[in-house]
Amino acid sequence: MNPEKPLIRVRALGKRFGEGCIRCKGVTDPEAASNRCPRCGTIHALSGVSFDVYPNEALGVVGESGSGKSTLVRLLHFEWTADRGSFHIHRRAVTGPMTETFFNGDEYSYNLLDISPFQKRQIRNALMGIVYQNPNLGLRMQVSSGGNIAERLIAAGFRRIGTMRERAGGLLEKTEIPVARMDEAPSRFSGGMQQRVQIAKALSNNPLILFLDEVTTGLDLSVQARVLDLIRSLKDELKLSMLVVSHDLGVIRLLCQRTLVMKSGCVVESGLTDQILEDPQHRYTQLLVSSRL
Amino acid sequence: MITVNDLSKDFTLHMLGGKTIRACRNVSFHVPKGGFLGLSGVSGAGKSTVLKCLYRTYIPSSGSIVYDSMILGAVDLVTLGDREVIAIRHKEMGYVSQFLQVIPRVSAVHTVMEPILARNGVTRAEARERAEDLLRRLNIPSGLFDACPSTFSGGEQQRVNIARAVSWKPRLLLLDEPTASLDRNSVGVVLGILRELRDQGTTMIGIFHDKDLMGRVTDRVYQMA
Amino acid sequence: MRMSEWLTTHLEKNDDHRNLGYPFGFMDEGAKREIRRAVLKAVAIPGYQVPYGSREMPIARGWGTGGLQITLSLVTPEDVLKVIDQGCDDSVNAVNIKTFVAKVAGIPVTTDTVMASLIQTRHRIPEEPMSRDQILVLQVPYPEALREVEPSEAETRRMHAEADYARMWLYLYEDIVRFGEITISYRYPVTVNGRYIMDPSPIPRWDVPKLHRAETLFLFGAGREKRIYAVPPHTDVVPLEFEDHLFRVEDFSDKFCARCGATDTFLDEIIDSENGGRTYFCSDTGYCAKRSVS
Repeated sequence: MNPEKPLIRVRALGKRFGEGCIRCKGVTDPEAASNRCPRCGTIHALSGVSFDVYPNEALGVVGESGSGKSTLVRLLHFEWTADRGSFHIHRRAVTGPMTETFFNGDEYSYNLLDISPFQKRQIRNALMGIVYQNPNLGLRMQVSSGGNIAERLIAAGFRRIGTMRERAGGLLEKTEIPVARMDEAPSRFSGGMQQRVQIAKALSNNPLILFLDEVTTGLDLSVQARVLDLIRSLKDELKLSMLVVSHDLGVIRLLCQRTLVMKSGCVVESGLTDQILEDPQHRYTQLLVSSRL
Repeated sequence: MITVNDLSKDFTLHMLGGKTIRACRNVSFHVPKGGFLGLSGVSGAGKSTVLKCLYRTYIPSSGSIVYDSMILGAVDLVTLGDREVIAIRHKEMGYVSQFLQVIPRVSAVHTVMEPILARNGVTRAEARERAEDLLRRLNIPSGLFDACPSTFSGGEQQRVNIARAVSWKPRLLLLDEPTASLDRNSVGVVLGILRELRDQGTTMIGIFHDKDLMGRVTDRVYQMA
Repeated sequence: MRMSEWLTTHLEKNDDHRNLGYPFGFMDEGAKREIRRAVLKAVAIPGYQVPYGSREMPIARGWGTGGLQITLSLVTPEDVLKVIDQGCDDSVNAVNIKTFVAKVAGIPVTTDTVMASLIQTRHRIPEEPMSRDQILVLQVPYPEALREVEPSEAETRRMHAEADYARMWLYLYEDIVRFGEITISYRYPVTVNGRYIMDPSPIPRWDVPKLHRAETLFLFGAGREKRIYAVPPHTDVVPLEFEDHLFRVEDFSDKFCARCGATDTFLDEIIDSENGGRTYFCSDTGYCAKRSVS
C-alpha cells in the first residue's frame, strides 16, 4: 500500500495568554493541576500540540472545557495568533495561483502560522470551513440564509448571483432546509435549523478541512441526532476531512476513527477512537470515559 | 494468516491507585488462511479480550500478533500504527460485537449498506439490494428495513449487526458471541452465512457460548485457562 | 466682523498677501506641506484613505473643509478656479468657497470647465471631459465605503488591509435579493486599481464611469473625517457589480434639458408645484449655459 501523506501537519502548537515567567514551565504539563501560572497568572492554553489529519479523515479532539480544544480550532482557523509551532498543508490540496504564494518546491506549504493576515484570509476562504457551537458566531443573523452562504462564495471569488443562489439552494437542500426559506434570515429559524444553515455555509466553498467546534452541544437529542446524521452522510458523500472538537464522547465515536485526548493544553493520549473509549491508557482519559453518562 | 504469540493484556486502573488487572495471559495460537478457530474458556478467561486485542480495540501489554496482511504484508498488530490498523480494518478485518452500536437516525438497511458503499465501489442500488437480501435472509421483516434499529428487539438488533459485519465479505472476521441473543432458527441462518463466507475464503476467529455449536462451525478450538 | 467684510478690507487692497500675516492661500506653509504629502501618498496608493491633521477653516466642518484644504494647498498664482455644488456654479456654498480661494490666492475664477485648471466640487463631476492639465477636488462627507456594513473604524481598516470585502458584496447581494436591483444611487462603491474599495463621494452613478482611466487627477478630501484619497490619471475604477447584475447609470432616455435641449447629460427633475408637471434641467449649470449661448 502506498502510505498516504497527511493533509495537514501541526507541530508543537503553542498559545499562552499573558506575559509568562520562569515559573511558567511548571504548568505547561498535562500532569499539572492547572494551566495557569500561580506566579504571573499566565494561562497556557496550548502547550506544544502536534498531530496530523489525513485526507478524508475525521480526527476527534476530546477533553473537558478549558483543555484547549477550542483554542486549537481558533489558531488553525487563524482567528487567534499562535505563539509558536507550525501548520503545513500538503501541496496536492492546493491549486491555482495560491500554489506559488504558499509553496516552494516542497511537498508541504510554508508554515501557515507565519504568513500575512491577508494570505491567511486567502487560505481560509479557499480551503477551510467552520461550524461553531454558537450559530451567532458562524452566521449573520440579520442577513438571509442564502446571503450567509453567498458571503463565503463571494470571498472565494464567485461573482454571479444566479450561480451563487443555485449553489446555496443545493446546499440548503442537502442540509434539509426548505429552499423556499432561502431568503429568510436565520434569526427566524430554530436552533437546529440554524446549525444546519451553518453547516451549509461551511461547506459552500468545498473546504479541504472542516472544523467542527462542539456542533451538537446545546441541541436537544433528536435535533442532535439529525445534525450528526447529516454530518456523517456529507462526510462520505463529499469526502470531507474534519477536525471534530467535542466534549461528548458519543459524538466522537460516531464521527471519528482517530481521537486526541486533551488536558490542560496538552495531548495526553491519542489513538483509535474505540481504543480510547474501551482501553484508555492515561489517567485523565480513564476519568473522562468513566464519567460518561 | 495470523499468529498470536505469548499475548497478555493487563489493565492499569489509575483511578484505583494504579491497580493492575490481568485480563488474559500468555495466549498463543495460529490460524491458517481459511481456517476457523474457536476460543473457549470459562467466563472471565479473557476470550473477548483476545478478540479485542486482535482488532486493536485493546492495546496488548506484551506478546505479538503477526498478521499476514493483503495490503501491508506481514505486520505485528500489537505495534502497528493507528493509520495502518484503520486501513486493515477498512480493507480486510471485520468484527461482530455482542451488541449493535445503533447509529441515531440511520435505518436498518442503511446500517448494512454503509460498509458496502464505503468499500466495494458498487452503486447505491446494488448496495441496497445486497443489504436487503441479507436482512431478508436473517428474517428481518421488510417493513422494518427503513426503520431505525434503536426500536428493534435485542435479537433483531443483533441480526442487523451481523448483516452489517458480513455484508462486505471481510478477509478476516472476528466474532464475539454473535449468536448469544438469537433464537434457534436465526442461529441456523447465521451459521449458514458463516459457512458461505468460509467457502469464499474468509478466515475466522470466534467465541460461541454454545459448545456444540462451536464444535460444528469451527475446525479447531483454543482452550483458554 | 464677518469673514466677507474682513476679506474686503484686508485682502482686496493689497496684492502681496505675505504682508498681511497670512501666507499665500491662507494656510501656513507647514499645513500645506502636510496636506501635499498626504496627497502624494494618496496618489501613490490609489483608493487608500490617508489620514491627515485636518485644520480649522473659516467655514464649518462638513461644508467642504476637506476639499478646501486640498484646494488651498495646491493652488498656484497661475491657476484658474471653478467651484461647483451639485453641478451648480451659483449655489451659496460654491460662491463662498470660490470667493474665499480667489481672494486668498489672488486668482481668477470661471464657470467654464474647460477654462479652469483647478475645480473643487461637491457631489458631481463636470459633464465636459477634463484634461491631464486639470485637477478635480471632490468634497467628501463620509470617506469610508465600508461604513454601511461595519461601524468600527478599527475593523474597516483591517478589512481594507486584508482586502476582506465579502461583506460589502454581500450588502449588494442582499439588495438584489430584496429589491431585484442594487438600490444605491449615490456613493456607489468602486474598486480602485484592482485593490481598494473606495467611496467616490456622493456623486450620482452617472459620474462613476468618468473616474475610470481618466486623463485627470481626482483628489478626495474629507475634512471632518480627516482623510484624503486619490484616483490618479489612467487608473482602473470599476463599480462593484455581479456578472448577472451589472452596474447601470441613471436612465434619462426620452428626457432632455428644458433649457439647452441636451439629451446626454445628468438631469435634475423639477416638479411644478401648481400643475405637477415634470421638467428637466442639466445638473451641470456651467455646461448648460455654455450650450444655451452657442
